[in-house]
Amino acid sequence: MPGITNVEAGEYVEWCGFVGTLPVFAQADGTVICPDGTETRTRLHDGLTTAAIARDRSFLATGGEDGKICKFWPDGNTEELSGQNSKWVDELACGPSGTVAAAVSKDVTVYGKDGVMRKFSCERTVEAMAFAPKGMRLAMARYDGVELIWISTEQGSQFLEWNGAHIGVIFSPDGRYVVSSMQENAMHGWRLSDDRHMRMSGYPSKVKSMSFTKNGKWLASSGATAAIVWPFAGKDGPMGKAPVELGSMDPVKVSVVACHPKEDVVAIGYENGMVGAVRIADGKLAVLRGEAESPITSLGWADNGLLVAFGTEAGEAGIIDITA
Amino acid sequence: MTNSETNALGDSKIPVTVLTGYLGSGKTTLLNRILSGDHGRRYAVIVNEFGEIGIDNDLIVESDEEIYEMNNGCVCCTVRGDLIRVVQNLMKRRGRFDAVIVETTGLADPAPVAQTFFMDEDVREKAELDAVVALADAKHLPQRLKDSPEAEDQIAFADVVVLNKTDLVTTEEMKSVEVLIRSINPAAVVHRAERADISLDAVVGKGAFDLKRILENDPDFLATEEEAHEHDHECGPDCDHDHHHHHHNAGGLDANTHDTTIMSVSLSGGELNPDRFFQWIQKITEIDGPDILRLKGILAFPDDPDRFVVQGIHMILEGDHQRPWRDDEQRRSRLVFIGRNLDREKLERTFAACAA
Repeated sequence: MPGITNVEAGEYVEWCGFVGTLPVFAQADGTVICPDGTETRTRLHDGLTTAAIARDRSFLATGGEDGKICKFWPDGNTEELSGQNSKWVDELACGPSGTVAAAVSKDVTVYGKDGVMRKFSCERTVEAMAFAPKGMRLAMARYDGVELIWISTEQGSQFLEWNGAHIGVIFSPDGRYVVSSMQENAMHGWRLSDDRHMRMSGYPSKVKSMSFTKNGKWLASSGATAAIVWPFAGKDGPMGKAPVELGSMDPVKVSVVACHPKEDVVAIGYENGMVGAVRIADGKLAVLRGEAESPITSLGWADNGLLVAFGTEAGEAGIIDITA
Repeated sequence: MTNSETNALGDSKIPVTVLTGYLGSGKTTLLNRILSGDHGRRYAVIVNEFGEIGIDNDLIVESDEEIYEMNNGCVCCTVRGDLIRVVQNLMKRRGRFDAVIVETTGLADPAPVAQTFFMDEDVREKAELDAVVALADAKHLPQRLKDSPEAEDQIAFADVVVLNKTDLVTTEEMKSVEVLIRSINPAAVVHRAERADISLDAVVGKGAFDLKRILENDPDFLATEEEAHEHDHECGPDCDHDHHHHHHNAGGLDANTHDTTIMSVSLSGGELNPDRFFQWIQKITEIDGPDILRLKGILAFPDDPDRFVVQGIHMILEGDHQRPWRDDEQRRSRLVFIGRNLDREKLERTFAACAA
């Protein structure tokens, strides 16, 4: 078993990973913990609802029950993009050059270098957001489909329609596909060039975590008793192909997936607190953390691909050194 | 607190009270009474709109009503997406509160709210519906029922109806409005109140949605007039016992005595053949689910020492053993359907065919 440095988080870990090279654990109570060297704890929000890492990992964007939206920098500095509001911040997504999109109910605001650069109101509540790889387009998952807007212009909005409630969304690294996860235990994909649909169903529960490998050849997903990994390599993506099931721990369900920053390897968090890493080529699973009490809520790789941060519902957390 | 169920992790589920009621029925007043009550319980309150009266509570979440139809071809399979999100987020810090109250807008459909607690696996894992409480204005309810299907739905859907502002009506008017409520929903517990002043035990921590628990407190539930050995006194706001005013039904009053569209069909019989019954109830809810707002029942099966209870919302059906039949109890099966366009004759006939 690899070496684990435990972190006494104590509360539900909403997000964990590396900001720059600094390990960071953002808790649902609004505290951001940096356990490196002398541990620091910063109370950013009265209740943290969502967090997203910058494209270049230079900061962590956080949103709270207090309605505030903050940027947290690894040197400990914080910047407030938006002050208090009576409504919770529901979702955040980070684009290039420090762009942050924030969703409060149906309303999306995109913050750029010089403040607010775009506002958009969806017809329905925004359940999830993702920037396109080039960062000029923003996808918003909502009831009955995914809205696509350009962040620099009001023109050219597009609606990818599919009946049902879409609760998650991700772009493929080459920008050719948009994939959503749905309330009814399925994923749905669109090829943007010709609007072709892909249905990825058969999950026993909701897909709450999706992650593409660095090269975009595979899309890993949670929601089953194994990581369900769809092939996106060919020109038709996963159409007509079956996924591979990796790291099966039946009957324990996978709660989080996070692809390695370089290799075709998926880190898998399970509902029993286990963490594993599986190589897609041969399906070989390495257990990184044994069974514990509480479900894994977040996993984050360091850029070097040697460290994985993990956090749980009960506030157990730590950093795994996979070389140790 | 009540003995709520526990989930797989052994944590007890958070009880959720849903407050419905038309604008001006006194919902916010009741909510503030609950919140300021001397009970030591801490509440998280979910509201869909901030009304004119302030809500006095530390933890208030404002959410936009978001109805999601499930993509399974069934029009009545609806959940509230906003509640799924808020409840999940609240549960990340569950040490902050002991119970949740959802205050719906006056026009809200209670079905998606209630169904969220059964249909969404994440919510179901962590929270359970305690009761759907409908506030009704004694003076204006009859008119509301005529001009608003939402008001009717709220009464039809309730486990507990608080008939408020009773000081503004005559005894005659009050009796007739109670008959009206009873004709829409014979299964609800009705309480009278002035200025929403009611014993909190009557509305929170009831487990009223959980038939097993309501039956422990009220053995005459769903009983007909002849079966119920109920006292026949006038119940005022001081009365903290659950009562169903079965005597109001005695005069043969039923669904057709009011000009609303919701009706109820009460069925009663002896022991049932379990195979035939389950096939029947599944078929009925599958076909007529969209028209069935609620169903509740207590059933007797041959060679089964336990009472079996069922309840449903539209197509969702739940059933479980409750407790052994007592020696002094008649092993009778009783079932009530509340809904629209119910075919009384068909229900009676097909139910009768389930007899053991």
